[in-house]
Amino acid sequence: MSELTATPPQNEADPAAPAGSRRLRPPVLVWISGAVAAAILVLVTVGVWIAPYDPMHQDLMNTAAGPGNGHLLGTDSLGRDVLALLMSGAHNAVIGPLVIALGAVLFGTTLGMMAGWYGGLLDTLLCRWADLMYALPGLLVVVVVVGVIDGGYWLAVCVLLVLSLPTAFRMTRSVAAAQARLPYVEAARTLGLPAGRIIFRHILPNIMPTVLATFLLDFVGALIGLSGLSFLGLGAPAGTPDWGSLLQDGQSMLTVNPWVSLAPGLLLVLTATSITLLGDWMYDRFTEEGAHR
Amino acid sequence: MIAVFVLKRIGAGVVLLLVLSFLVFSLLSLSPGTPLQALLGTRTASPELIDSLNVRYHLNDPFVVQYGRWLGDVVRLDLGSSISVQGGTAVGDILGERLALTAELALYALLLVLTVGLPLGMAAGIRRGRRLDRAVSLGATMAISAPAFVMAIVLLYIFGVALKWFPVYGTGTGFTERVSHLTLPAVTLATVLSAVLIRQTRAAMMNVMSQDYVAFARLRGLSPRRILVRYALRNASLPVITSLGLILVSLLSSTLFIEQVFSLPGIGTLLLQAVTNTDVPVVQGTVLILGAAVILINLAVDLLSLVVDPRVRLVAKEGA
Repeated sequence: MSELTATPPQNEADPAAPAGSRRLRPPVLVWISGAVAAAILVLVTVGVWIAPYDPMHQDLMNTAAGPGNGHLLGTDSLGRDVLALLMSGAHNAVIGPLVIALGAVLFGTTLGMMAGWYGGLLDTLLCRWADLMYALPGLLVVVVVVGVIDGGYWLAVCVLLVLSLPTAFRMTRSVAAAQARLPYVEAARTLGLPAGRIIFRHILPNIMPTVLATFLLDFVGALIGLSGLSFLGLGAPAGTPDWGSLLQDGQSMLTVNPWVSLAPGLLLVLTATSITLLGDWMYDRFTEEGAHR
Repeated sequence: MIAVFVLKRIGAGVVLLLVLSFLVFSLLSLSPGTPLQALLGTRTASPELIDSLNVRYHLNDPFVVQYGRWLGDVVRLDLGSSISVQGGTAVGDILGERLALTAELALYALLLVLTVGLPLGMAAGIRRGRRLDRAVSLGATMAISAPAFVMAIVLLYIFGVALKWFPVYGTGTGFTERVSHLTLPAVTLATVLSAVLIRQTRAAMMNVMSQDYVAFARLRGLSPRRILVRYALRNASLPVITSLGLILVSLLSSTLFIEQVFSLPGIGTLLLQAVTNTDVPVVQGTVLILGAAVILINLAVDLLSLVVDPRVRLVAKEGA
């Protein structure tokens, strides 16, 4: 797809790039990030089965114990194996954010392309709406809605999805508007192609790198948001393993086995950082805006 | 002219608060737990008790009448009294108490942001590509990816549990104790906020330093200090002020997690308690206060950019 962009993607070792520019970031870091992301995806799909223990099994001889006794990261207050909880908790922690990022990109991109293409009143209205959403303290909104309705995981996913729309909308709107002025779009228009076809068949492939980068960044936001809700007891259903709730459970046992809290926390940061680095790299490498940064 | 602009914005803010409170009220009526259950608590639900509670809290009135009554009281500055969080206490009193603590925390954190975060971001932007810039940028990227609650737990573990430098929960009495109790939460909050601010400041500084007028100022042989202060800082401050609004609003979200981790009875904890206990008056009051805070923050940011940038002043005059 990238070969269709107006300027060809530039080489990593571009001598003209100033020292320390983002494009000179060693690809090693990107490779590591990719590996981390792949490992997390494996956990999401088969984590429950490859975990060393049944995550809900309570080893009552070893409750709230530090690492050892066959438990690599120790056990929580109920004697459940922390490593097993982490591995099977990846599912709850990641599936919701995936849905959120997919939905936000699907709807946000469509709205963004329409606003960028048609302009005018539609554009103004959508932009005002995005401004309004931006001014909201998002997590507080989610806490109020989810907490009051007592709706649980999927309601939280829906509300977070709606709150993530403006980011995808704004990112696509500006690039779509820029593409709409280019000669190939004019050519398509001269041929008398319908607007829908021009938008989805001609413009969309050209802005795909931006869309993918937005997807990754939305995912990170959703991952942090949803885990945060679980941390507050409003996300993942009680009794199912989840990183956010594990973090919260472990806070009271920081003195006996800090890993209950620290391990899911570090895993969250690791996942978020890796995906952010991948998204940043993709944006810098494959989009016009990024190439000039 | 500026006064008209401000009045218009405040008017719009009041309308927004009205809409917000109505939405929250509707949301609360969808809630599965009824206020009656919360009021009953562990008492046996005798018909007489239910009747008396219904009459006292007007629970049998239609939805719109209840909202109207609440609104009428709010205009008279009466937010009602709490049902289940602190049964019987006036919501205004609870809010005042909780808000004071959150404000102390926020001020402490802002002080750290302005004295540490902001200068670091500017230095990174000026010395682009040098070692300092790389270190600061990497740190900011990592801090941006670390959610507030993870950072809070990690800091709590290192400095509270392992090193025992700071207390791990509570608020403390007296000034010095309060400061030591609030240090870890404030550092956490400041790190979360600085991460975004550093990136913005760095970008703004980088942009300004590459402008022609800076190059010309250099060519004319002006002192670096004069270039930095008179030319660069003022022009770089506008995007920074704009991002300051977003940062202050995100402060409200972060404080929810940080108060939770450090067991601080602030406004965030209050919201969470009220929401999970379906304490209608407290939820309404807290949302109202937080909404007003968001509106005031945005207004303050707009006014600040009016002060800094004459171009914005011109647009505002034409628009008003």
